Amino acid sequence: MDYPSITLRNIKEPDSHKINTYLKSGGYKGLTRVLDDMVPEEVIGSIKRSGLRGRGGASFPTGLKWEFARRDRNFPKYIVCNADEGEPGTFKDRILIEKDPFAIIEGMTIAGFSVGAEKGYIYIRGEYVKGAEILRKAIKEAKEKNFLGKNIQGKDFNFDLDVYMGAGSYICGEETALIESLEGNVGYSRIKPPFPINVGLWDKPTVLNNVETFSLVAPIIVNGDEWFSNIGARDFPGTMIYSLSGHVNKPGLYELPTGINLKTIIYEFGGGIKDGKKLKAVFPGGLSSGCLNENEIDIPMDHKALAKVGSMLGSGAIIVINDETCMVEIARRGMKFFRHESCGKCVPCREGTFWISKIMLRIVNGEGKKEDLDLIKDLGQGMKTAAFCGLGLAAANPVLSIIKNFPKDFESHINDKKCAYNNK
Amino acid sequence: MELSPKLIKEINELADACPNKKGALLPVLYLVQKEYGFLSESILKDIAFILNIPEVFVFGVTTFYTMFHTSEQAKNIISVCTNITCSLLGSEHIIKTLENILKIKPGEMTKDKKFSLNLVECLGSCGTAPVMMVNGDLHENLTEEKIKRILDTYK
Repeated sequence: MDYPSITLRNIKEPDSHKINTYLKSGGYKGLTRVLDDMVPEEVIGSIKRSGLRGRGGASFPTGLKWEFARRDRNFPKYIVCNADEGEPGTFKDRILIEKDPFAIIEGMTIAGFSVGAEKGYIYIRGEYVKGAEILRKAIKEAKEKNFLGKNIQGKDFNFDLDVYMGAGSYICGEETALIESLEGNVGYSRIKPPFPINVGLWDKPTVLNNVETFSLVAPIIVNGDEWFSNIGARDFPGTMIYSLSGHVNKPGLYELPTGINLKTIIYEFGGGIKDGKKLKAVFPGGLSSGCLNENEIDIPMDHKALAKVGSMLGSGAIIVINDETCMVEIARRGMKFFRHESCGKCVPCREGTFWISKIMLRIVNGEGKKEDLDLIKDLGQGMKTAAFCGLGLAAANPVLSIIKNFPKDFESHINDKKCAYNNK
Repeated sequence: MELSPKLIKEINELADACPNKKGALLPVLYLVQKEYGFLSESILKDIAFILNIPEVFVFGVTTFYTMFHTSEQAKNIISVCTNITCSLLGSEHIIKTLENILKIKPGEMTKDKKFSLNLVECLGSCGTAPVMMVNGDLHENLTEEKIKRILDTYK
């Protein structure tokens, strides 16, 4: 099968992170066309018609977001790239940043032109030291060639970019917490509405998009919105980068049409389960998404289909788990992560992750009680209902989905006081 | 003031580039930590004074983010990913190997202050798990053999 490669098209080129390589492969054709032949409304119209939706997890229509920002007459406006990739299982943005930084920069510049912003920030997670260095160099090169800075390519348009490093906080990937962090604060998420599109960074209109979303912008301008809207699923068109990891033969990044079957990704592209073992569980959209069992994986990677089985597409991070794995241990490990990353602002998330972690530890240590599962479900449901932001709303997904799909794993821990797999 | 005039000048430059001084706090903390290795109480007070924000605010932000350190750190910080994919593919064994070589437990520092061992969350390299980071360098597809060779390259 031959699928179009858009965002990953350049990554195998040597020196793909340098501007001359980018220009040789058709880079900056999108921005040039925008500056030469288009007005901002036309660019936004094209992005809207393409059907592009954000690739960070929430899948909001990108063109609509830009239109809201365009209409807001409050200046200055900001463009922010969310490069705080932290969802366990996701590693696509790091590769895009390190291998094709100019695609992101070009996309952000086009966004700036479209909504009337002159300043942008790339908020990159603190651990991506190499990526930040590559981005800073790329910004410098872009300035030297007048693709950033004043009067870009001789036109009446200024746009400048800065790299801003996070410092090891998962919650800062949530858009309002990211803005708080950019303002020098603790990463506490803000209440919505107002949405960042109107009241964002420094309370100004702010377009916040994911790395992969910005990388798709210039190719849409160059190849046309119709071309893009005809790839993949109708209501969520284009390609998506799936990060495949865990017990598979060929882990890695796969850029494939949206809506492709999960089983196809694991078996045809990922080469099936490692060491000839059998599949047990899959997280289709990162740790937060909640897992599927082996009977549920013949399913399109699509919001509606995944929601039906109680999961979500998220950032397309597929974690594959074989049948020699104890899912109770996975649940414990997952909750430990969310407990660590909970910012502590709201009670359901702070207390929920704390107590479920403690109960999980008790179960793993063979001290669990029968009523513990009901207690976890109760706490988890409370978090899903009442948490302040996306972190707390999703944090119980792994443990709840594991209780639902793999009750036997819990039974052996609680009844027999030991792990049936003994691979803790 | 404990900070050097050169550093104070650089802090002010970062602050002036922001719509308000507080916005420079994270970059400033990185800048100063790079110079001193960690952020002591007196240094944090200096930063609060220069940026004209409350000391308690600076302490709060510094301790919220795991990558800012308020105590002395080893020359080389080893961070082993222990999240789902890495643990599926053997991060436990990687930690044991490091413990045996360095003779320390996670959260500790070697006597010669050359290495510290930390367990961290997802490092964004699940396709090449298990992984660890030493300072800013990512090391992928780790094996026992590989770890020994990697540690030798850090002096």
